[in-house]
Amino acid sequence: MQAKKRYLISLLTGAFLVLLFYFGGVVPGPAATGSRSRHGYNRPEQPWPHFSDPLQHLSPWDHSDTEDYNVHISPRQKRDVNSSVYKGKRCRMQSCFDFSLCQRNGFKVYVYPQQKGEKISESYQNILSTIEGSRFYTSDPGQACLFVLSLDTLDRDQLSPQYVHNLKTKVQSLPLWNNGRNHLIFNLYSGTWPDYTEDLGFDIGQAMLAKASISTENFRPNFDVSIPLFSKDHPRTGGDRGYLKYNTIPPFRKYMLVFKGKRYLTGIGSDTRNALYHVHNAEDVVLLTTCKHGKDWQKHKDARCDKDNAEYEKYDYREMLHNSTFCLVPRGRRLGSFRFLEALQAACVPVMLSNGWELPFSEVIDWNTAAVIGDERLLLQIPSTVRSIHQDKILALRQQTQFLWEAYFSSVEKIVLTTLEIIQDRVLQQTSRSNLMWNSHPGGLFTLPHYSSYLGDFPFFYAELGIKPNPKFTAVIHAVTPLVSQSQPILKLLVSVARSQYCAQIIVLWNCDKPLPAKHRWPATSVPIIVIEGENKVMSSRFQPYDSIISDAVLSLDEDTVLSTTEVDFAFTVWQSFPERIVGYPARSHFWDNNKERWGYTSKWTNDYSMVLTGAAIYHRYYHFLYSHFLPSSLKSMVDQLANCEDILMNFLVSAVTKLPPIKVTQKKQYKETMMGQSSRASRWADPDHFAQRQTCMNKFASWFGGMPLVHSQMRLDPVLFKDQVSILRKKYREIERL
Amino acid sequence: MCASVKYGSRGPALIPRMKTKHRIYYITLFSVVLLGLIATGMFQFWPHSIESSAEWSLDRRSVHDAPLVRIPMSSPIPERGDLSCRMHTCFDVYRCGYNPKNKIKVYIYPLQRFVDEVGVPISSTGLSREYNDLLSAISDSDFYTDDVTRACLFIPSTDVLNQNSLRIRETAQALAMLPRWDKGMNHLLFNMLPGGPPDYNTALDVPRDRALLAGGGFSTWTYRQGYDVSIPVYSPLSAEVDLPERQPGPRRYFILSSQTAIHREYRVELERLKEENGEALLLLDKCSNLSQGLASVRKRCYKGQVYDYPQILQESSFCVVLRGARLGQATLSDVLQAGCVPVIMADSYILPFSEVLDWKRASVVIPEEKLPEMYTILKSIPHRQVEEMQRQARWFWEAYFSSMKAIGMTTLQIINDRIYPYAARTYEEWNNPSVVKWSSVNSPLFLPLIPPRSPGFTAVVLTYDRIESLFRVITEISKVSSLAKLLVVWNNQNKSPPEESLWPKVTVPLKVVRTKENKLSNRFFPFDEIETEAVLAIDDDIIMLTSDELQFGYEVWREFPDRLVGYPGRLHLWDHEMGKWKYESEWTNEVSMVLTGAAFYHKYFNYLYTYKMPGDIKNWVDAHMNCEDIAMNFLVANITGKAPIKVTPRKKFKCPECTAIDGLSLDQTHMVERSECINKFASVFGTMPLKVVEHRADPVLYKDDFPEKLKSFPNIGSL
Repeated sequence: MQAKKRYLISLLTGAFLVLLFYFGGVVPGPAATGSRSRHGYNRPEQPWPHFSDPLQHLSPWDHSDTEDYNVHISPRQKRDVNSSVYKGKRCRMQSCFDFSLCQRNGFKVYVYPQQKGEKISESYQNILSTIEGSRFYTSDPGQACLFVLSLDTLDRDQLSPQYVHNLKTKVQSLPLWNNGRNHLIFNLYSGTWPDYTEDLGFDIGQAMLAKASISTENFRPNFDVSIPLFSKDHPRTGGDRGYLKYNTIPPFRKYMLVFKGKRYLTGIGSDTRNALYHVHNAEDVVLLTTCKHGKDWQKHKDARCDKDNAEYEKYDYREMLHNSTFCLVPRGRRLGSFRFLEALQAACVPVMLSNGWELPFSEVIDWNTAAVIGDERLLLQIPSTVRSIHQDKILALRQQTQFLWEAYFSSVEKIVLTTLEIIQDRVLQQTSRSNLMWNSHPGGLFTLPHYSSYLGDFPFFYAELGIKPNPKFTAVIHAVTPLVSQSQPILKLLVSVARSQYCAQIIVLWNCDKPLPAKHRWPATSVPIIVIEGENKVMSSRFQPYDSIISDAVLSLDEDTVLSTTEVDFAFTVWQSFPERIVGYPARSHFWDNNKERWGYTSKWTNDYSMVLTGAAIYHRYYHFLYSHFLPSSLKSMVDQLANCEDILMNFLVSAVTKLPPIKVTQKKQYKETMMGQSSRASRWADPDHFAQRQTCMNKFASWFGGMPLVHSQMRLDPVLFKDQVSILRKKYREIERL
Repeated sequence: MCASVKYGSRGPALIPRMKTKHRIYYITLFSVVLLGLIATGMFQFWPHSIESSAEWSLDRRSVHDAPLVRIPMSSPIPERGDLSCRMHTCFDVYRCGYNPKNKIKVYIYPLQRFVDEVGVPISSTGLSREYNDLLSAISDSDFYTDDVTRACLFIPSTDVLNQNSLRIRETAQALAMLPRWDKGMNHLLFNMLPGGPPDYNTALDVPRDRALLAGGGFSTWTYRQGYDVSIPVYSPLSAEVDLPERQPGPRRYFILSSQTAIHREYRVELERLKEENGEALLLLDKCSNLSQGLASVRKRCYKGQVYDYPQILQESSFCVVLRGARLGQATLSDVLQAGCVPVIMADSYILPFSEVLDWKRASVVIPEEKLPEMYTILKSIPHRQVEEMQRQARWFWEAYFSSMKAIGMTTLQIINDRIYPYAARTYEEWNNPSVVKWSSVNSPLFLPLIPPRSPGFTAVVLTYDRIESLFRVITEISKVSSLAKLLVVWNNQNKSPPEESLWPKVTVPLKVVRTKENKLSNRFFPFDEIETEAVLAIDDDIIMLTSDELQFGYEVWREFPDRLVGYPGRLHLWDHEMGKWKYESEWTNEVSMVLTGAAFYHKYFNYLYTYKMPGDIKNWVDAHMNCEDIAMNFLVANITGKAPIKVTPRKKFKCPECTAIDGLSLDQTHMVERSECINKFASVFGTMPLKVVEHRADPVLYKDDFPEKLKSFPNIGSL
């Protein structure tokens, strides 16, 4: 019993203790709770205490507000109010741009005629001629959606020899100026010493700016376009490729971080460059500045100048650029500098030190994937920051610099077209590019959103989306001779193509002057045959993006092509592995003719090839769209007039997009009905002019593309057991063995 | 005594030396009393107590306990938000400091109840449940710090989610009274319902100096790009209603409008659309005959027919989200939750989290004045695109809209990404739902490059002790013109490599590296001696390959530098009887692997193999002394999504008489083991990454009737 009492007492004591504890009578000191830890890290002492009072809910439905509001304000009025209030520095597309001008004729750009006596810098001339040569150009201001001045606005630095005076009155006197509405003004430099303002020195009204070195404060989002600063030597078209020839592993180069440039001792933008010497270590971080610029630099020089200048002379800029992992891009007097594009091209990952710079094409380019965006205030942390970046990330950053350089920056043409495409995306909201289209190969200029808004409809994003192309193809046969006999090659071709298990349908493109043959003249096949009359019966019509092409793959055929079912099947299975390329039979090659100093074309048997002709080739149907909508009418009409070279042009186009060669399949070289004598088609090939024309075409195309996009390949793809000494019965593609 | 000793040593001090019966009795009694007490306590003090264990909040557990702070009339008022503020001008980055984890630290002010001089609170509702949830989530996250001196970002505990319930001037004064306010630097305010009658500003009207604003309903004129964060308007239905995810696909209705307070101008236009397109549109409005309360929120009506909201949203492909008095609408959240593609018509509206989310993939934005064209615009969108948008919409809701926690964490992550941009989350991480992340392939060597021929390749020969054969291989390889270096990996620890003078004389540098252990993985080690990007892995008994074949292989690799390009082709097959994968080395029409007994590949894959091989595959390979080549094929196919390339017809490698399966491969158990490897690797990778193709690469003029001396690669063996 004694024991029992004792327990009772101790029990009660315990219970009271618990009670006290519970109701806060005895609170353990902060020391007791302070050092507690959970999940392995120290829990803060007083986190937000999870109040569980019956708190009021936020009522996020503003129905009653909206009802009240609706009584007073009509949405139409509201829109009108907005567009009248937000002008000047607060311009947006909704308030300063007239969308109605673009509705009738689409996105057309008008360039003012050049006035006599107005001098135009070479760079601006390049910009204007790019627009005039682009598919957006219209010479009729009545059709235009966007207007571009012929007055040179690139250099608005009053001290510059390029500066155009009296721009204000000149602009105001333009009859179509309309206070700058729907105008686009290009500018590279604005302001001058000492404050370098971003004012252009004339009233731009409601015009949009495509401006270099623009600051986030002055940048009107989704209205202005930030463009890169480019030099007057920047090529008009084509442009050099990036310097990266291959991916090096590990990705580190001789230097970690380099910079070489002027130092401004005082004034705007001088702080960062003045401080660079703190970080310079003369080993892997080499940041060099010189005071030697301007006439009287000696007068202003500070204590460090001589030492800096001596160090500066020791290093070669090119050598550093090509051998550094990261390149510092600090602001100069203005926010942007030439260093940016130089680093980008050199595959030297830019490290931006230019606070408040709205990076070029920031509206569409995700710069975190190609550059390190530093903060001028944290200059001293930059070396440790770049050192902390993982090798895999460096590898990705470096490749992305090359992609961006070649997609948007390597020529004036690309810079201008990118600017126009960005504005077009805003104007035609529904058909605009997604972020992915802009930031992955082949880039926004080659990915036309009018084709489809679905990424999976393009040949470029299958891997990214984790999907495969449609497992069928549509054959498009280009017919130019009338149907007279039942032994004509086209009929044999129809039958053998239709027999392919991958064939979804056959389209016969009737480009013959004779009327369409009766339906019963076509052979009976298990797949539908659709006969389409060619538009104007011209060559380019074979690459029209016909709506009736429902599969991703197109098998393009000449009417006299000889191809067996097996060959069709094999080519299609190969294409499924390379959906972005042309895969086919007739291979051709190009070469540089040193004597004539021009490109040559050859159909001889050689050890390599760079084209696969579309007389028997499979490619993605998107290329039909690209051919029809991307290429300028000058090239297409040349093809139509000659009735020749369409296949070469298609190869140029696809290689320009992919930067890769086409793929030749199997040994087959003869793919034409050699017996054909009299038909018009055959005579076309026999014609000696025909060959000469093709040479001419090559050179014409190369000049429009700004270089030779074709790439050679030394291999062809055969079936795995091709010509192997094993039983023919084991081979899947037996027909291919026979020639 | 015995028992007492036992108990004394084992039992708790409180219940010593007792008979079991008594002990149970007392323990029960004790528990009952204790439970009773706890129950009483809980009952009495319920509103004050804590939901989860009271461990962390012993001092304050009710909002009513928060200290009362009186705001003097003359207390300073902050300036109105400065529209030119950007991170580099209005944000003190030094407070965030250098941080190895690249993570900002966030401090939350303790709760205070602000009242004016006469004691009227500054807010009619006080702390809302949503703001409490938000702050709780932040305090539970890795971002939180209680150390105000280490904080980079400060969050006031004053709830400004709904401007309607605020007294503007007093709220502003309260903010300015915060001890670390300092002109609002590095302070973050969350607001979902900005503005008030009559013109409903699109940003919070409370003057706030330089504070960052996470606002729901910004217009392009109030949003400071790169500074403010546009957030969604949270819908409480997210928590109340459980809408299971529906498979993307066509729905009963094409367009659905569910908002109740649509301006009559718009309603007229919607009705006109309905007349033109009939059943495809469903225009719902509020139910006039229902009693008020919860029901009215959860019901919608059309001509007397009652529909459950938000369930009805799942029945439509597209759902209209029109602006109201405010640009941001809670309906957007409901629509996304239902997996319905939002059709957003709110001119100048900055979409939630648009800094990181690619809304083009989840929504359709139409200018308000184009409302009459809505049907045509939506009809032009391809079906597959609609399905992708439905999936994407749902994913956006799950990841970024579904709770106050999701909204808060996303906001902080966005700010974090700005401060540490080099460690920012990628576009793919933000935008790809897990299904896509799982199946999509982003090759690390994504740039289309054809490397120049000149650097050549490094041949890495793995050898144990077959000296004679090794020397023959070396002699053969050394004839290849693009060979840059020979690297012999000497895998025999018991025997030294032959003396230098005994090795064949070759024109390129020859290096021998001795390994510490006889492991197959050694052949894939990224030796510093490998200076070229191209590596030729070759066994010491592959003597049949001609120099033309090797040179051609290198040329093919240049065209496909991201693939395995090799000679011995193999295949994996699905064994239906056994229900598992099977290894196939017969001569087949298909190829899914090329063995690294003779293959070119990029040096990058050496790094991947050595440092990034998933699971225990490396150890498995070394333990079994087999399958390193299969593992390499898995690795490359998995990361690039591409098939290997088999070059030339070559099938015999060791001697002219040999069959395809020779040497090691002859052994039947070996074959079984290789099948096992495939199954093992497939389970580690969680998928079968290998891709089957039916082609091989031959020189363009292979087998052509053409003068051999004019061919670049005449000597291509037929088998």
